[in-house]
Amino acid sequence: MSVRRLFAEQPAAFAFSAENEAWAKATIANYPPGKGASAVIPLLWRAQEQHGGWLPEPAMRLVADMLGMAYIRVYEIATFYTMFQLSPVGKKAHVWVCGTTPCMLRGAEALVAVCKRRISEEPHSLSKDGNFTWEEVECLGVCANAPMVQIGRDTYEDLTPELLEKVLDGYAAGNPPQAGSQIGRQASCPAGGPTTLIDFAKADFTKARK
Amino acid sequence: MALSDKDRIFKNLYGFQDWKLAGARARGAWDNTKALIDKGHDWIINEIKSSGLRGRGGAGFPTGLKWSFMPKNDPRPSYLVVNADESEPGSCKDREIMRHDPHLLIEGALLASFAMRAHTCFTYVRGEFMRERERLETAVAEALDAKLIGKNNIHGWDFDFVVHHGAGAYICGEETALLESLEGKKGMPRLKPPFPANVGLYGAPTTVNNVESIAVAGDILRRGAGWFSALGKPNNTGTKLFQISGHVEHPCVVEEEMGIPLRELLERHAGGVRGGWANLLAVIPGGSSMPLLPASICDTLTLDFDTLSKLKSGMGTAAVIVMDKSADVVAAIRRIAYFYKHESCGQCTPCREGCGWMWRVLQRMERGEAEKREIDLLWDVTTRVEGHTICALGDAAAWPVQGLIRHFRSEIEARIDRYQAAQHQQAAE
Repeated sequence: MSVRRLFAEQPAAFAFSAENEAWAKATIANYPPGKGASAVIPLLWRAQEQHGGWLPEPAMRLVADMLGMAYIRVYEIATFYTMFQLSPVGKKAHVWVCGTTPCMLRGAEALVAVCKRRISEEPHSLSKDGNFTWEEVECLGVCANAPMVQIGRDTYEDLTPELLEKVLDGYAAGNPPQAGSQIGRQASCPAGGPTTLIDFAKADFTKARK
Repeated sequence: MALSDKDRIFKNLYGFQDWKLAGARARGAWDNTKALIDKGHDWIINEIKSSGLRGRGGAGFPTGLKWSFMPKNDPRPSYLVVNADESEPGSCKDREIMRHDPHLLIEGALLASFAMRAHTCFTYVRGEFMRERERLETAVAEALDAKLIGKNNIHGWDFDFVVHHGAGAYICGEETALLESLEGKKGMPRLKPPFPANVGLYGAPTTVNNVESIAVAGDILRRGAGWFSALGKPNNTGTKLFQISGHVEHPCVVEEEMGIPLRELLERHAGGVRGGWANLLAVIPGGSSMPLLPASICDTLTLDFDTLSKLKSGMGTAAVIVMDKSADVVAAIRRIAYFYKHESCGQCTPCREGCGWMWRVLQRMERGEAEKREIDLLWDVTTRVEGHTICALGDAAAWPVQGLIRHFRSEIEARIDRYQAAQHQQAAE
């Protein structure tokens, strides 16, 4: 468990954009009638995305009202699930550094050191320019491409401290590098080239890579 | 004998080809699925049973048997829930299925749902897998457009495939915690019984299966149970996605036969252990919750459920984490202990308090700042967490620590000796 509290300074109000409002209604309809509470994580997540990457308290109340849930039930969700950021994050990037053993064995601690030096000593605290925050997270499920970080929706894999600096430079310049392996590997294929499905890889239904 | 390419199910494992419907069809997915459905609910369940498929999410429970537990004449709706909350450290296979061959999952879900008389499948994707979720959602839209799923589809079985997601909680990979989360609550596991097949999602009959278990169903039914059960070893049949991470030359995900020798797996596909086989220190054979095994028993080790459980470890998700002699094995397990401390849901006292306690003691043992009697105390605490919690997270937290003490006790003792010698030296100066 981890201790997670709401941020001291909260905006006065929160409302979904028209587009997100429509999306929320469609999402609630995915679940059986009367089971709208199932949509609580997707809705809170959409609210966080709309609010610049962190989840303010008025958004929790809005979602609770939309779903007919008691406020405390939504506060519980927001504090239980660690992807909900309860305090402001960097304007350009919030960096998740995977620190769990498979990444640690391949050098994740050096990536944390880069974040501490470049962004801030403490996780969840803004860099001086307000553009970056970072935190060490638990296994992100990209273990065969360790070590790695995730920024927003994208993963940056097979990193070294130097390659992470390049990724962060890219975000600072507003020009993030292509996601995925930073050493040119195709997904989780062995770096030396595929050891299986070699003929399939060349088959004529190779139409698209992405 | 290596698995031949024609026997591989995941032909687009690395995404060299088109992941969309056209590519999936070219690789054989959605090929006359109607004919499989026309053979009936019971035929599908029996075929999966006789294939010997065991659940690919870690516990290895026979999948066909699990499906057969679903009630046949129940007024409540039935649900299939696909567990795509892949979070076990070392595991990274479901991600490859969802982003490179999502139609295998959707087709498998249709077949499994039909077998269990369910019209709705919820797939719970871990929150961090956002690109994977986008791919899956796109594939679902394609399947709807092609009338492969949805109302009045060409297969004659109304079927909704809903992509749901979490927000970063390992515990939601536990099936009842996943159901709680899917109902809009904190992911805190439920007591069993009642089992989900009787009281699951929204109080209705539910089966929860791993992504890989569902994604292989189409190929098994199409090629026959005999084909699948001829691969691997008795009681450990078929193919499996192995995920190799840590200190190997080329970490990778690869589909191989169940029961492949560890050494062959690493040397054929991952370029071998960094610095050569003799440089191996230990492996965690099935994801972080499985106890590590020292190099001394790795020479002839085969990777399958039965062999590994005899060695007091486990197949888990077949996530092989390799440590060479440069690894600090105590630090590696300490980091796993921290993982479980962080991910404990806090519901059961032995786990909530025990995970933090084990982590703090291991932090000291990593530096040698401990007493030797504390090693026995630590072991004792692991046995008080293990088996004393609602779900298996308590066991999962205890086992890696037990594995460390079982096989590397002398390493911990040596650190304590060194630390105490340094203390005495300082005191003397």
